[in-house]
Amino acid sequence: MKEIRIHARAGQGAITTATILGHAYFAEGKFPYAFPYFGAARMGAPMNAFVRVDEKPVRLRSQVYEPDFLIIADATLMRGFNCFTGLKNKGVAIINEKETLDLKEVKPGQKVFFVPANDIAMETIGRPIANTALLGAFAAATNEFKLDSLIEAINKRFSENLAKVNIAAAQKGYEFISKATTYGAKRT
Amino acid sequence: MKQFIEGSRAVAEAVKLCRPGVISAYPITPQTHIVEELAQMVAQGDLNAQFVNVESEHSAASLVLGATATGVRSFTATSSQGLLLMAEVLFNIAGLRLPLVLTCANRAVSAPINIWNDHQDAETVRDSGWIQLWAEDMQDVMDLHIQAYKLSEDKRVCLPVMINMDGYILTHGIEVVDVPTQEQVDKFLPKYNPLYKLDVDKPMTLGFLAGPDYYLETRYAIQSTMSDCLKIIPEIVADFKNIFGRSRGGLVETYRAEDAQSVIVAKGSIIGTIKDTVDELRNEGKKVGAVKIITTRPFPAEVLNKCLLGIANIAVVEKAISLGAFGPLFADIKAVLSANPKQKLSNFIVGLGGRDISKQTIREIFEKLVKTDETCQFIGIKPELLTGENPQESFSDE
Repeated sequence: MKEIRIHARAGQGAITTATILGHAYFAEGKFPYAFPYFGAARMGAPMNAFVRVDEKPVRLRSQVYEPDFLIIADATLMRGFNCFTGLKNKGVAIINEKETLDLKEVKPGQKVFFVPANDIAMETIGRPIANTALLGAFAAATNEFKLDSLIEAINKRFSENLAKVNIAAAQKGYEFISKATTYGAKRT
Repeated sequence: MKQFIEGSRAVAEAVKLCRPGVISAYPITPQTHIVEELAQMVAQGDLNAQFVNVESEHSAASLVLGATATGVRSFTATSSQGLLLMAEVLFNIAGLRLPLVLTCANRAVSAPINIWNDHQDAETVRDSGWIQLWAEDMQDVMDLHIQAYKLSEDKRVCLPVMINMDGYILTHGIEVVDVPTQEQVDKFLPKYNPLYKLDVDKPMTLGFLAGPDYYLETRYAIQSTMSDCLKIIPEIVADFKNIFGRSRGGLVETYRAEDAQSVIVAKGSIIGTIKDTVDELRNEGKKVGAVKIITTRPFPAEVLNKCLLGIANIAVVEKAISLGAFGPLFADIKAVLSANPKQKLSNFIVGLGGRDISKQTIREIFEKLVKTDETCQFIGIKPELLTGENPQESFSDE
């Protein structure tokens, strides 16, 4: 079983991110369970969405405490809050951030990828909605599913035109990680 | 066909497949997605039904009461305060012996306001004469709704059915669900053909005054039907399996309980977490198991008594409490369990207002239940919140 925790602000589309992520696994025959947890239930408030996935139907219904993977949709969430709590020793984090930050929370063995997902989204979608760029980066950083499965999931979620720009965002996110040296975005 | 869909969508798909003529609801979190999906299906012409917007849950329940009384299959859904605002009408629907299906997206009850999951809403109306079923996962959600119409409209039953699904955990969770075909559902569920209906061409009245000479028998009749349902529900599960090829629903399900020394009895989505914890503890050599209650009204006393016979330690774990007494499920089980002085029966209250229940929570209960037969043990209490100090006073110095 693999567990993914998404950190975002309410309104940034974390549930959509979890849905598309789950669908990409589903496209490969896995059994995902994607679900949100609202904190203050207000726009802009920190919230989590989760995906738990296995080869058989998932029964566990608790929140995710020891994730294999983290997606941090807004780097400002790390101010005064440790988003890395419980991340597995060989865990991987994808962070929406242009700069390479020095994060004291990260343990040796854990991998962090910084992705300028807002910039990618502005280029491709025309709005700073970073989710699909982050998911492309996730696919490249973790090898959890093929880029094609992610594209299938995006096509399922959005109508034609929106799907097109979001697929472009996912591809750019994917390429950014697979050719990461260009931007020096990898930190091990 | 297998689809990756939200629990609320699974409800809407199931209801659509059952071909209701009237849907009425008032939006309340976390039920909203269900009726949004249905409203959209009606607006797009995918579902040939009348969707009636109303000004409150009391009106929504009254409207589907009226629609059903005129012989039209109907549907409504609600949560929490909404269910309680419906309470008066819920008793009427059951008293009028109207077949109806309602989804309760289970949520805590105010005050303080809380939109998260527990079972207090549905437990509070457990005496209304409604059949109450509880879903563990999205497939349960899908299949129980289809079974519910058949059960409710069975001429031997004529009672409304409430499907309970945990708010957020199931309503907003997305999972793989096998969505049946229209042909399968049409084969399973015949057209609604009531014994009596309100009809201007053949005037009659329903729910007229019943004084002391008549009322007692109306209650006896419902109680007697509830008892019959304990036999009818397994029949419906068997019919369902014939057509859909899977066994879902029923009264009670046991999980690794046959040779267990300790079991947890529970209902709803928490059962999944308990099953995973049972597997872990079994791997560590502990003889533990679980009992899932699917139907709480009618209460499957005999079946439960049989499942629990000879088990040394039993804990009833529930997300509701009858304040001043016990957990409601515990009280029911205590009432039916054969007197056995060697058996320990304890009661744990968990997850009120959406407090998360992890495998660690369940492990803690498995450790405690062998040592105690206490009632109403709250799990996960934060002592720092119970000091009685006014938090505003400590902030005022800053």
